[in-house]
Amino acid sequence: MPPTHYDVIIIGAGMSGLAAAIRLAYFEKRVLVLERHYAGGGLNSYYALGGYQFDVGLHAMTNYVPPGTRGAPLTKICRQLRLTLEDFALVPQYQSEIRFPGITLRFNNDFEFFTQEVIEHFPAQKNNFLRLVRCIQEYDELDLEAKPMSGRRIVSSFLTDPLLIDMLFCPLMIYGNAAEHDMEFGQFVVMFKSIFCEGLARPREGVRRIINVLRRKVREVGGTVRMRCGVKALHVEDGRVRSVELDNGETLTADTILSSAGYVETLRLCDDGEPEPLAPLAGRLSFVEIISILDTPMKSLGHNSTIVFYNTEKDFHYEVPKDLVDPRSGVICCSDNFLYTKPLPKSMIRMTCLANFDGWSTLPEADYVAAKAEWLPRIHREVLQFIPDFRDHIVFTDFFTPRTIKYWTGHLNGAVYGMPNKRKTGRTHLENLFICGNDQGFLGIVGAMLSGISMANLHVLQK
Amino acid sequence: MTNEQIRQAVLQIISVIAPDEELTHVKSDVPLRDQLELDSMDFLDIVMELRKRYSVEVPEADYGQLASLDSCVTYLAPKLKDK
Repeated sequence: MPPTHYDVIIIGAGMSGLAAAIRLAYFEKRVLVLERHYAGGGLNSYYALGGYQFDVGLHAMTNYVPPGTRGAPLTKICRQLRLTLEDFALVPQYQSEIRFPGITLRFNNDFEFFTQEVIEHFPAQKNNFLRLVRCIQEYDELDLEAKPMSGRRIVSSFLTDPLLIDMLFCPLMIYGNAAEHDMEFGQFVVMFKSIFCEGLARPREGVRRIINVLRRKVREVGGTVRMRCGVKALHVEDGRVRSVELDNGETLTADTILSSAGYVETLRLCDDGEPEPLAPLAGRLSFVEIISILDTPMKSLGHNSTIVFYNTEKDFHYEVPKDLVDPRSGVICCSDNFLYTKPLPKSMIRMTCLANFDGWSTLPEADYVAAKAEWLPRIHREVLQFIPDFRDHIVFTDFFTPRTIKYWTGHLNGAVYGMPNKRKTGRTHLENLFICGNDQGFLGIVGAMLSGISMANLHVLQK
Repeated sequence: MTNEQIRQAVLQIISVIAPDEELTHVKSDVPLRDQLELDSMDFLDIVMELRKRYSVEVPEADYGQLASLDSCVTYLAPKLKDK
């Protein structure tokens, strides 16, 4: 019979939960990971549809540095997980773009190139930009006690051109900001380093590669992962989680519970009532994504860019749209346009725009399907201002919404970047319950792994 | 363990934690941090590996004793003499 007591139970087999499990099991803790879904990965997962394989979440992995780079987050997580960079088989991007009306800033995995682009297009901002970069490089984003500060306010104290400010915030917000309008400065620094100073890459096989590497390692070091095994409730007594009740009625116990389900989501599993009003804390930013399989690579149509962050208006708006979708800004990603040694077997393009969870989730089924059909051409119309017309080459299209994200991940509002006010220490009102992942504060795939690692270190291994 | 065995054991641990570091020229009397790219997470791991491999406990107050290979040997010798 499997044990019913563990040193640590981890809720969620996403990047943060799996990374925490590796750390803990490697150092001989008895660890169980519980995952409700049948696929791992959480917000960065995968699915098959129409005979094709799709990734969720992963366009490109940020924080890419070449093997041997010292001190970078990616190097840190490899060390901490006893993995090598080769295990992830990352292939660097070719080149990406930030496109606003009449102006394009290109960037690749060489920060010097981006710096030159900024100076060329905004010569008057040269010294301001260089001073901002110095400030970013000196900022300690790993300080868990740092006070939140407004990113827009601090960046505006360096840069005086609102267009450049918006062009910097656009990709960083779309790729990792949980709050509307503004971005916490620490978060801005994390994203700036991870996208501009470091870079983008992708495993040839997509996100499956990363999840498989992590799951294999969990097994190798003696941890257990149970799939299709959701947590129904956390039973609380005297300020501690006493037991974990599963969807199937089983009851387990653990000294420590580490949850990647989200802060609000986790506290709602607890049966001791709400320690504070939870609803207002939840994140609200979610996206629709359209993924199309093409019969030819975008390169053959003349489009080489890996990722295009676009904005069709003068100002960039990062907020929950009033309509179902806000197609005025978004991301276009071509998974073909990485520096592979041989081309991918299937060409693909994905387009991502801000979307309104409440709108999508309250539509009756027939209207839901109709709304997707209505928004597809509207999004195409916007993105075709920036890339060649590929519509004749579409073989298959999938369209997922905030409602899909909520259904598969359990994250409230389908919020992909969690709550705006992060719980950086991971602590909750219960002494043996901690959170990791999105709501703890490090975002992206590397960030999520770093979150799981630091919470496992801080709350279990360092004790 | 002899002093040399302890020295080798610490180097072996560092090679597992930081496989990307070149360890052949590490000087025994110079702080590890001055010669290698090791951060606080890595030092925690040296402590964790010592516990895992040799059941040696290093309290947080003593982390400073692990600064160089020589100081590691001095600090660990009494703890590892019967292992």
